[in-house]
Amino acid sequence: MSNNSSLRTPSQRIAWTATIVVSTLVFIFLIAPILAIMPLSFSSGSYLTYPLPGLSLRWYDDFINSSRWMNSLKNSMIIGVASTLLSMVLGTLAALGLAQWKSRFKPLVLAFVLSPVVVPGVITAVGLYFFFAPIGLTGSYLGLILAHTALATPFVVITVGATLQSFDTNLARAAASLGASPLYAFRRVILPLILPGLASGALFAFATSFDEVVIVLFMAGPEQRTLPREMFSGIRENISPTITAAAVVLTTVSVILLATLEGLRRRNERLKGSS
Amino acid sequence: MTAALLTNAATRTELPLKRRLKRAERARQFKALALVVPLLLFLLFTFAGPIAGMLWRAVDDREVRQVLPQTVAALASWDGKDLPDEKAYAALASDILAARASATIAIAAKRLNYATNGFRTILTSTARNLKAEPEPGTARETLVKINPAWRERTTWTTIKDASGPVTGFYLLAALDLTRNVDGAIVAAPPDQAIYRDIFVRTFLISLGVTALCLILGFPVAYLLASLPPGRSNLLMIFVLLPFWTSLLVRTCAWIVLLQSQGVVNDSLHWLGIIDQPLRLIYNRFGVCVAMTHVLLPFMILPLYSSMKAISPAYMRAAASLGAPPVTAFLRIYLPQTLPGIGAGSLLVFILALGYYITPALVGGAADQMMSYFIALYTTETANWGLASALGAVLLLATILLALVYGKLVQGQQVTGGMKN
Repeated sequence: MSNNSSLRTPSQRIAWTATIVVSTLVFIFLIAPILAIMPLSFSSGSYLTYPLPGLSLRWYDDFINSSRWMNSLKNSMIIGVASTLLSMVLGTLAALGLAQWKSRFKPLVLAFVLSPVVVPGVITAVGLYFFFAPIGLTGSYLGLILAHTALATPFVVITVGATLQSFDTNLARAAASLGASPLYAFRRVILPLILPGLASGALFAFATSFDEVVIVLFMAGPEQRTLPREMFSGIRENISPTITAAAVVLTTVSVILLATLEGLRRRNERLKGSS
Repeated sequence: MTAALLTNAATRTELPLKRRLKRAERARQFKALALVVPLLLFLLFTFAGPIAGMLWRAVDDREVRQVLPQTVAALASWDGKDLPDEKAYAALASDILAARASATIAIAAKRLNYATNGFRTILTSTARNLKAEPEPGTARETLVKINPAWRERTTWTTIKDASGPVTGFYLLAALDLTRNVDGAIVAAPPDQAIYRDIFVRTFLISLGVTALCLILGFPVAYLLASLPPGRSNLLMIFVLLPFWTSLLVRTCAWIVLLQSQGVVNDSLHWLGIIDQPLRLIYNRFGVCVAMTHVLLPFMILPLYSSMKAISPAYMRAAASLGAPPVTAFLRIYLPQTLPGIGAGSLLVFILALGYYITPALVGGAADQMMSYFIALYTTETANWGLASALGAVLLLATILLALVYGKLVQGQQVTGGMKN
């Protein structure tokens, strides 16, 4: 893989150095904004500038004691967990079905199932706004959970589908030949093997809902505002350091999700390597 | 003899077995489909249905025919060449009185005002001043006396055009077109013809962001694909962490960095490079920087996987055959990355086209993209027909590009790493 071994001519060495320099700058571009915002949340002053006048936890105190922020955190959790569960059920069933289904319509069905990812958020949101308002689903948790499930399920189908592709169907046949009922075979043979895939799908689904703001903007009443929705208003009106505290909370959740996903991937690769 | 018996027995058992297998296979396929059906029904209700409803609203035109039913019926036989006859005037007077009683006149006034600016005043002033049903034969005289606009042919063609039940009005308006008094499609008046500019702006911003992502993403993907797996996995965190960080957090971070008292301006001032703070945000520059930051991982990941699949043996072969490094790169390496470049660029472009949150927060009034206007007409001005028509155009563009993307990545492994 390594190109280092083939670096013989000076021009190649220059090109490689340039790649490293440019890449380093891009890495800084990618990561610096996220890192720059974090220390500001620990500032004792109320201006978002460096150098910090002093360190304090007052903005976290503000965040925790604000019913608005805490309520939005609670809403994000409720909607995130509920839409993750719903999309896991729908997405896993569909992925299992799609893995076995042979038809020339399969690409069409797959494109339809994945289309919520590609369609611009505003279009989905406007459509849902028109569609859900007359049946009383705007300004309700149920409406938001259903909408977020629609957005999150494609990720479950993709992730679980990818896991099923590497699943050896002979194992299911072996279980059947030994007298296991399809349900028993699923529970004792298939499920344990695709569990890491399911977990990745769940993480993707949760992250999708947790990060979503366009649909919430259109559909949520004051009672259902989520954390990103509160941040949106906060940024619009006036950026107080409380927002940076909220940003750190959100980023912490992202890092936990990413770390878990990475752990699952490594475990999966280890298992593949050992078999 | 025995052999014949055996083959006979074999064919006898073979046929039902084949049929049984076929039947079992059919049952299996049916069960597989049954597993997919719940999701399909769910998406029909929460995704496809709502979008179809939005598309329907782009052509739906029933307000005027609901509020002014007799007028619409009377105008059905009108050829539009001359002023309509007395019957139409009488129908209008009767409709207006009924609409005033049921307080629905504003619904028709709003719709007609979209077509002709000032129609609201014509209709409401007539409703205000029409005391009672005019005497038979005097309807035209009465209405013209209240508002001389009823003597104009265009006033009546506006109503006829808005008679529904379906219309191309909103879709034409979304393309800066309208129908003139004779029904021919012509350019919309300049004060209403703003949407082509917005399409062009959306397209240019998306194109610029895609180009920036490609320029910045290519070297990174190359580096990640060339390094040994241990080190590239470590560096991958720099790509994946922003990818997983909330869009709102990243947008907020850019505002903090780029605002006039922000980190970048303060640092430049401290270094003595500038005296006055530079205007870095709430303009096109801020939008492009923030969007590039958000979309860059979508470029790097497909590029990385396409480069990862290129065997280093090709480059060594080119070198051993005497190709200078630049030639080898341009002739051997680059062409093999083209599918990755295409996939990454299309993905970034498609996602950029629909962007709403980032431009809304870090852009100025002149940097708002399509999605902003769709949202504006939906929630602020409640011009749902126009919002839906603009949405239809954006959706069409997205679907066409997505089809190209689908063709491009066909056969390539679908990556799970897509996050909106």
